[in-house]
Amino acid sequence: MSVTNFEHTHSAHCESGVMSTMLRHYGLNLSEPMVFGLASALSFAYLPFVKMGGMPLIAYRNLPKSIIKNIQKNLKVKMKLETFSSKEQGMQRLDTLLLEGKIVGAQTSVYWLPYFPDEMRFHFNAHNLLVFGKDGDDYKISDPVFEESVICDRTSLQTARFTKGVMAPKGLLYYPTEVPTDLDLHPIIVKSIKKVAKSMLNTPVPIAGIKGMRYLAKSIAKLDKKDKRYAKLFLGHIVRMQEEIGTGGAGFRYLYASFLQEASTLFNDDKTLQEASDMLLSIGDEFREFALMIAKAIKAKKDIDYILLADKLNAIADEEVKMYKKLLEFCATNR
Amino acid sequence: MDIDAVPQDNSSTYASNKKAIYAKDADGHVKVVGSSGWEAEETVTKQALYDLQEMAKEAYCEVKKGVKSPLYYHMYAMRMDEQLLSDATGFFKWTMKRDFQPSVFARIKEKRLAIYAEVMGKTSEELKLLPEENYECN
Repeated sequence: MSVTNFEHTHSAHCESGVMSTMLRHYGLNLSEPMVFGLASALSFAYLPFVKMGGMPLIAYRNLPKSIIKNIQKNLKVKMKLETFSSKEQGMQRLDTLLLEGKIVGAQTSVYWLPYFPDEMRFHFNAHNLLVFGKDGDDYKISDPVFEESVICDRTSLQTARFTKGVMAPKGLLYYPTEVPTDLDLHPIIVKSIKKVAKSMLNTPVPIAGIKGMRYLAKSIAKLDKKDKRYAKLFLGHIVRMQEEIGTGGAGFRYLYASFLQEASTLFNDDKTLQEASDMLLSIGDEFREFALMIAKAIKAKKDIDYILLADKLNAIADEEVKMYKKLLEFCATNR
Repeated sequence: MDIDAVPQDNSSTYASNKKAIYAKDADGHVKVVGSSGWEAEETVTKQALYDLQEMAKEAYCEVKKGVKSPLYYHMYAMRMDEQLLSDATGFFKWTMKRDFQPSVFARIKEKRLAIYAEVMGKTSEELKLLPEENYECN
């Protein structure tokens, strides 16, 4: 049994991918970058006191589930989110929804999904996927970060949905109950861009936005005082958060640049937005250069030049400031 | 990044899968391209894996020596650490540390062991044993 007319798409990020595919299925055709942009999902945060696997939290986007929530709020999409205290009930409910012909979003832990490459199976609890059918005990899954749809057995899916710990999914299932089909995107675009630019430029706490980037740069510069093994793992961790599956490369910057380009088209080829998109693409390239510098430093036997790495990140932060100011220019002329 | 510059390094960490990357085509349009891997990313993913493996190896040898209980090895073999296991089981770390002592673990209550087994996707029997692995201990 599976839903008819379902189309899987290969996406950069799991949450924006699921939301884009799901909305398209229900008649609202929005690309992944558009969903990511309308949810104001681009961000930066460095939280040294929140540890995951012994490493501080470094995020290039907003918190998990914020895309689902912001799309609900900004696009007036009505969604139903359900969590479960019992595994059996959680699986039963999924089966019922599939029988009703729905496609269902689910939160899972990457570690327990057997179709993930073994070398990518880490304990990350906020991975999103879509279930669109069932064949005996096998579930048909549209995992946005995979090229084709995949299959997952019942036991594995159940474990993945009910893993415990930080960001535990609690069996979360979600699906839309009401999807608007004609929407004027213009005001939503302006509002969501403004939100990203403002929070990146003006966040009062030193751990988020541009200030967060500079704070991370400061921590990198001080790594020479730390144990060498830790220093290398810390640097590697930064690159993993920036580049590994789910980011679209260069910490979501390319993904957002694609949104800006699409937005520019909707505003009669707005030049300011197109310029901002180009700027963000080069910022993505700079981030990749930063990643490459780190990868080389980790492999090399000689001492790591931490100051050089910190300077590079600060230079990227400078470029980002210019980009967000450009975005505010656009917002000021399109109120 | 231009589409031609999207790395195709066939990274083993991707296991023949492709990752979606947004890049610019010849007409200046940004769109999704599949990447078979990037060496820089592979380096840091493997670095993290190697670190987890080293911890599993050290734990293995300590269990072999009789300093730690098999539970201690299984935790690292599952790519977990004390924080993750404590979050998953709801047990305090200091009580878990007691379970890592062979003498305490030998008397562990079935109910408690079953909770460990559940979050680790193993049977209670499996958790009591140290599997044969090719780790060299000295």
